[in-house]
Amino acid sequence: MSETKATVPDIGIIGLLRWAWRQLTSMRTALILLMLLGVAAIPGSLFPQRNQNPQRVDAYFTSDPTLAKWMDRLHLFNVYASPWFSAIYLLLFISLIGCVLPRTFHHLAAIGKKPPLTPRNLDRMEGYRVVATDSSLALESAAKWLKRHRFRIRIAENSISAEKGYGRETGNLLFHLSLILILVGVALGSLFGMKGEAILNVGDRFINTPTSYDNINYGKFQGQGSLIPFSLTVTNFVATYDPVTSQPSNYVLTTQIANPVGSTPKTVVIKVNKPWTSGSTKVYLQANGYSPIVTVRDKSGHITFQGPVIFLPQDSNLSSLGAIKIPDMTPQIGFIASFIPTAGSSAKRGIFSTYPEVLDPRLVLSAWQGNLGLDSGNPQSVYSLDTSKMAKIGLKALTLGSTYDFGVGSITFDGWRAWVNLQIVDDPGKLYALYGAIFAILGLLISLFTRQRRIWVKVGSDVEIAGLAKNGIPGLEEELVALARALEESKGGAA
Amino acid sequence: MTSTNLAYFSNGAIYACLVIFTIAFFAHTYEVSWSVKNVAGHDRTEFDLNKTARAGRLGTAMMVLGFIILGIADLTRGLSAHRVPWGNMYEFSITGAFMLTGAFLFAYVKYKVRWLGLPVSISVLLTLGTAITVLYRPSAPLVPALKSPWLAIHVLAAIISGGVFLVANLVAATYLLMERYEKRGGRPQWAEKIPSLENLDQLSYRLVAFVFPLWTFAVIAGAIWAESAWGKYWSWDPKETWAFITWVAYAAYLHARVTVGWRGRRAAWLCIFAGSTFLFNYIWVNIWGTGLHTYSGL
Repeated sequence: MSETKATVPDIGIIGLLRWAWRQLTSMRTALILLMLLGVAAIPGSLFPQRNQNPQRVDAYFTSDPTLAKWMDRLHLFNVYASPWFSAIYLLLFISLIGCVLPRTFHHLAAIGKKPPLTPRNLDRMEGYRVVATDSSLALESAAKWLKRHRFRIRIAENSISAEKGYGRETGNLLFHLSLILILVGVALGSLFGMKGEAILNVGDRFINTPTSYDNINYGKFQGQGSLIPFSLTVTNFVATYDPVTSQPSNYVLTTQIANPVGSTPKTVVIKVNKPWTSGSTKVYLQANGYSPIVTVRDKSGHITFQGPVIFLPQDSNLSSLGAIKIPDMTPQIGFIASFIPTAGSSAKRGIFSTYPEVLDPRLVLSAWQGNLGLDSGNPQSVYSLDTSKMAKIGLKALTLGSTYDFGVGSITFDGWRAWVNLQIVDDPGKLYALYGAIFAILGLLISLFTRQRRIWVKVGSDVEIAGLAKNGIPGLEEELVALARALEESKGGAA
Repeated sequence: MTSTNLAYFSNGAIYACLVIFTIAFFAHTYEVSWSVKNVAGHDRTEFDLNKTARAGRLGTAMMVLGFIILGIADLTRGLSAHRVPWGNMYEFSITGAFMLTGAFLFAYVKYKVRWLGLPVSISVLLTLGTAITVLYRPSAPLVPALKSPWLAIHVLAAIISGGVFLVANLVAATYLLMERYEKRGGRPQWAEKIPSLENLDQLSYRLVAFVFPLWTFAVIAGAIWAESAWGKYWSWDPKETWAFITWVAYAAYLHARVTVGWRGRRAAWLCIFAGSTFLFNYIWVNIWGTGLHTYSGL
């Protein structure tokens, strides 16, 4: 028992903490954490992530609910916000801070300090050579040469030690400090930022208040009152497509923005790579689609619904799917419909879209009668119809301007409007992240392209020179040759 | 020339490159394998460089010619669509092959590493072959999300980094092979003129250290572009994730060498691992992955 006590001294809680801190901030731990972070990032790229692709996550839950439940418990559908991922990067950055800050102080303290003393045995160092020169003048001319080549030197009684390339450590520290700045920027963005989306038809007006959004997420410390008070009216949206490949070639959204609300509106053009910016808030053009305009009448010809209905695009030719719900008729009426911008047809596929622009539109409808289920209390998607309490009463493909009489009423395909999906983002941290990134590259360049090396000159019975290059970076040999030549020449000059 | 003609011209140049790099490949193979000769009266073989030096020179000449023609193919492809020639995976591949050849020629001029021509020419051949047969897409304008000056900056930085990473990988793989030979009692004669283990080790490190800042820049330029196109500078899109993993792997490699002092075999394996994450990102994420980086079917 007494032996055990002797080998494990009671270090107390402080001692234990100090030991843990030393372990955490060691280079080895930092390296392992860095590798671990890379490995931990992998599952997020293999499994669908809820915030990127919720439909595919749902597909996991339908195909194998038990497995999906367990995967969800392990946060595999939300890797980058999971406790284990956060734990790794927080530990890494604590480790980084613990590693870098003391080194920074150490480095700052070393500014202006002289290089360490000349070692006793130079012949063990790199590029050791004996120079044939006058030993009385050697130190003086060596000092001159080293100063001219911007070495820091320490002159001792019969030796000189010189060092150059402190920039390597400066760059190295700048790089790691910048990484910390990037993390601060990321943290600021996620704690004080906001992100929301809104779908608007051409002609609609958007006022920047929480209720105008289709969905909105705030950072932990971001209040609802922080939205900047602007209003935006969608005046026009033009999409151009490549006639050969049907791929989009340009999207131009024209808006009238009043910032703040009530001021004189300005015309603002928003494109995919050209968001509108006000302070740290930006408005992006994210997606677009079509809203067919319909008029629904009851048997007596009274209008029960009129207007554009937002449909969601299903393919690259913008075949769009949506639901039209008429709760004000008894029994209630609903339509599952697809909007085909340019109709083509084949025996196999029926009617389908051949081009994303509206050239020859169709509205293909299936009409349902019964209970829309809107009063059930469960939230319902506006893009789909719950047909569990409904019966199908008809099917029809409408051309522009035509009307379908489904017995208890009629529906007319009046036209269409384009809609745009705007993403509104406020990220107050991103400038810090950007500065961090710029300084990180700068630091990296300085550190990787600065050669740090020491050179010693020793005058005894002979004049000896040698050097040491950090990490064996080449170029030292050439410098020593040049120094040796300078020393030899100084002898010639003195003679 | 009209756009269509330019595009056809570019395709023709790619086919010409396939021929040129095939010749380069055979020249390099011949140089290596035919330099072995039997010594009369012994069962020993000898290595005679002079015998095949001409084939080696032919190989290098073909690499230079291929580099030029590939550059022209790339340029005309870009001109035919009025934009930079890296809008889809076919174009990344031909530009990447161009950069890889360029990286080889740079390394050749600087370090006299002609032996690298063999693995480089076969890599270029495979890349171009897959590109023209599997990945080929007609020349077309860009989708709106790609219309940005960052396309030129971000993708070019990524392609150059990729080319250099691959060369570093080839060097590291050569190191491992040579190390194995030396452990088993010496290199075979065809490998005599490949640089010493120490030089190979240093070369792959220097290539990585040289291009790591550029890769960092490519990732950051991507983040800046993402901020203006997608509204978020980092969204853990699969391509971003793997670019990050590659970055982490090379950062670990540099630390392992500079701070911990890894050399030789362990360092070579780590280098190859890091390079594989890049390749995985390029191939797997582009073809089977989903996410914001997938445009226009490849």
